[in-house]
Amino acid sequence: MINKQADQQFAIDVSEVESVFLQGEYKEVLLDIAEVSLAFGGVQALSDVSFDIYKGEIRAIIGPNGAGKSSMLNVINGFYHPQKGTITYKEEVRKKMSPHKAASQGISRTFQNIALFKGMTTLDNIMTGRILKMRKGLFWQALYWGPARNEEIINREIAEQVIDFLEIEAIRKTPVGKLPYGLQKRVELGRALASKPDLLLLDEPMAGMNVEEKEDMCRFILDVNEEFGTTIALIEHDMGVVMDLADRIVVLNYGCKIADGTPEDIRSNQGVIDAYLGVSKNK
Amino acid sequence: MIHEKLARASEETNAIKPLGSEAGILSQVDTFPKLLKRHAVIRASSEAMREKDFGIWQSWTWYEVAEEVAALSNGLASLGLVRGDSIAIIGDNRPRLYWTMAGAQSLGAIPVPMYQDSAADEIKFVLEHASVRFAVVEDQEQVDKLLSILDDCPILETIIYDQPRGMRSYTQDYLHDMNDILELGRDFGCNNPTYFDDEVSKGKGSDTSIILYTSGTTGNPKGVVLTHDAIIQTSINAAVQEGLNDKDECLAYLPMAWVGDHVLSYAQSYVVGFCVSCPESSETLLTDLRELGPTYFFAPPRIYENILTSVMIRMADSSKIKLKLFEYFMALARRVGPDILDHRPVSLFNRIVYGIGDLLIYGPLKNALGFSRIRVGYTAGEAIGPEIFTFYRSLGVNLKQLYGSTEASVFITVQPNGEVKPDTVGVPTPGVEIKLTENGEVMFRSPGVFKEYFKNPEETEKTKTSDGWVYTGDAGLVGEDGHLKIIDRAKDVGKFIDGTMFAPKYIENKLKFFSNIKESVAFGDQREFCAVIINIDSEAVGNWAERNGIAYSSYQELAALPAVYDLVQENIEQINRELAQEPNLVGAQIKRFLLLHKELDADDGELTRTRKVRRNFITKKYTSSINALYGTASHCQISTELVFEDGRKGLISADVMIRDAQLFNIDKQIAAE
Repeated sequence: MINKQADQQFAIDVSEVESVFLQGEYKEVLLDIAEVSLAFGGVQALSDVSFDIYKGEIRAIIGPNGAGKSSMLNVINGFYHPQKGTITYKEEVRKKMSPHKAASQGISRTFQNIALFKGMTTLDNIMTGRILKMRKGLFWQALYWGPARNEEIINREIAEQVIDFLEIEAIRKTPVGKLPYGLQKRVELGRALASKPDLLLLDEPMAGMNVEEKEDMCRFILDVNEEFGTTIALIEHDMGVVMDLADRIVVLNYGCKIADGTPEDIRSNQGVIDAYLGVSKNK
Repeated sequence: MIHEKLARASEETNAIKPLGSEAGILSQVDTFPKLLKRHAVIRASSEAMREKDFGIWQSWTWYEVAEEVAALSNGLASLGLVRGDSIAIIGDNRPRLYWTMAGAQSLGAIPVPMYQDSAADEIKFVLEHASVRFAVVEDQEQVDKLLSILDDCPILETIIYDQPRGMRSYTQDYLHDMNDILELGRDFGCNNPTYFDDEVSKGKGSDTSIILYTSGTTGNPKGVVLTHDAIIQTSINAAVQEGLNDKDECLAYLPMAWVGDHVLSYAQSYVVGFCVSCPESSETLLTDLRELGPTYFFAPPRIYENILTSVMIRMADSSKIKLKLFEYFMALARRVGPDILDHRPVSLFNRIVYGIGDLLIYGPLKNALGFSRIRVGYTAGEAIGPEIFTFYRSLGVNLKQLYGSTEASVFITVQPNGEVKPDTVGVPTPGVEIKLTENGEVMFRSPGVFKEYFKNPEETEKTKTSDGWVYTGDAGLVGEDGHLKIIDRAKDVGKFIDGTMFAPKYIENKLKFFSNIKESVAFGDQREFCAVIINIDSEAVGNWAERNGIAYSSYQELAALPAVYDLVQENIEQINRELAQEPNLVGAQIKRFLLLHKELDADDGELTRTRKVRRNFITKKYTSSINALYGTASHCQISTELVFEDGRKGLISADVMIRDAQLFNIDKQIAAE
């Protein structure tokens, strides 16, 4: 059974490789996930999932509730450690990894449930995205003079660029807890962007938003991808958004990959339709 | 090196001096580009413009601005912009868009700024009407708008954008990044070093400086053509009157297509040499205002009202001690503040207490609002509520009313310092003459009068007489003190049966300034007296009822309460008392009124979408009630159809009370009951 799946997997991979070469453009693989399995006790969250993410693309991960999407993101940013499989990031096979280390290698993320410091201002929250890039120790920081000050100025400049980019100047000094949900999501994206990531993981960036907020967020995601060339992996339930934004989509169901391809492929894939709509037993 | 030399020269000449002494020199400097070049020499190192970007105020000196303008101008020239061309400018207040104006004027081209929120169709009309070949816009949003009409607008050849954000995937060869144009201009300047100066010196004061399209409420917008002479002379006159100098600060945040912004943030800055700052974005306006503390500020009444409301809301949430202090000192300020501001006699005791209030309340409050340094604050555009106006003046903010129009290069009348009243718009500014026609319509003649409506000789003829007088379309009165009072649009002004003037808007505005009254419709044209239909403000009156233990279950019930009638009657009688003071309006006192049982609503067609009363529609819809107002009955039965949000219709009927209000001091013997 497993072999058969692996065979299918291989077949898809080959066809993808072919299509890439047929189109005459070679795409550099930024992250490659190969046969990753993750289990919590008896619960198999991911089983033998393989896919890759090209540099500079927007890759969507979709699937019904409990399909293992967030687990996949947690594996990518080193929060969960898969029992099986290899992860190759920037052509280097990853060993055991902590989120901290993943972040310093250029992976940053947002969360399904907003995880900001509610009592701090927008600016301060975005500055926390720069912390890993600060080199001066506690002593210098406390003294706030000379090198530490220069460092702060450089980091503030980057934070201000992010604020300008996300058009949140008006809430720069507002405590995040006071902001409406849609803006908090934007601030969270801002914090992730502040570290200038190579790979940005977005966990349901549009959940709970109204149409207008969703449109704004889509524009920002596309702009991040186009202007900074940031590679983006996103989980999203809004199919309209996913189909419009993503270059390629991978579909998970019960921890297994059931489809992988361009939005057109996915839209017409019977397995995906079944997973989303359910299949009657009589069929 | 040159820069340093210029800086030294500028320091020597840069002592603050009133503009009057420079007015003579200015007569030789007759266009905006020439003014700019002059500042680049005598104020080389003074700040000319600021913009908040990336959280910091970035600034440019006059020398730097002149350099940028020259580069832009050369860039536009190398793209083919020539003397007499029109160039559209669309976007928020951005330094580089202001520089585009100067750059285009340097070449003798005519800037045509447009409102940034205009729909594509409106823009299309102006582009075609003004034969615009070049458009300089702020960002992707405006570019998209232009691209959507490009097929129908073949005359538009080139689009330049200021913000490259989101423009990466646009490949059209007629789209240019402004940075590229600046580069192009610098190269062009190296190859043709005298081109810019030559073009600037070819300009004359009588040349068209700008075409401003007025947003017509009916029909298509009209392009008001203003010359350099008109704008510069008006700017000088007003600046001399207010004593503006090059240390003043002004915030450019009103639409660039509006004559007010053009004259204050561009013309007067170029004439006087003061610094203009552009806020970070329209949402950060209040923060930026506070950081900057302008000395010269202009805002429509709505902005002053919003600021006041936010102050009041925040005060209501503050601690008891603070609230008490605030109330005590504000009561004092209302009593003596305006007099102190106008240097009228106030007792020593009150002065001392006011001084303490300034330390504790007024100063910190003004600081929090960014009003600490205002020397000249204008409000214009529509009537401002007397309490709002008095609030700012009592704090010591020199807020004044101004009456102007695009056709006058803004200034027609301004309240002079020391003669400020809440209900007038002041006296004519230097060089301006005003007179009233037989119907009471205000006419003016000034150096700032527009040249013509662009390609619209019929309208020009209708508006401007051969000897230079211009019809404003506003009806007004001139008081004994020489102050002009605007009462209504001339076409809305009617007459009572006895021939005295009836200005409905004037009365409606007075009513609306009471917090209890949300909307009102005044009747009186071809009638014996004035009667009004009133909509109470459910929030304010509901709040009052709650505080006074009066129970009600619906708007209809609230509006029918005798106690509420008493409340409104007090307001109306106060207005009658005020009207009795004005010889021309004494006959316009409100004799009878009723409180409508439903709120006027745009869904029912009673209001426009911008919440203006549709008088004719209401007259038809409520004919029976209006007839009852002019009868003797104390009640009338009204039943009206209303439309729910989902489109269903319902019928609402009520027995509405009609009350008589007391009239004051009348010659015409209409006795109050």
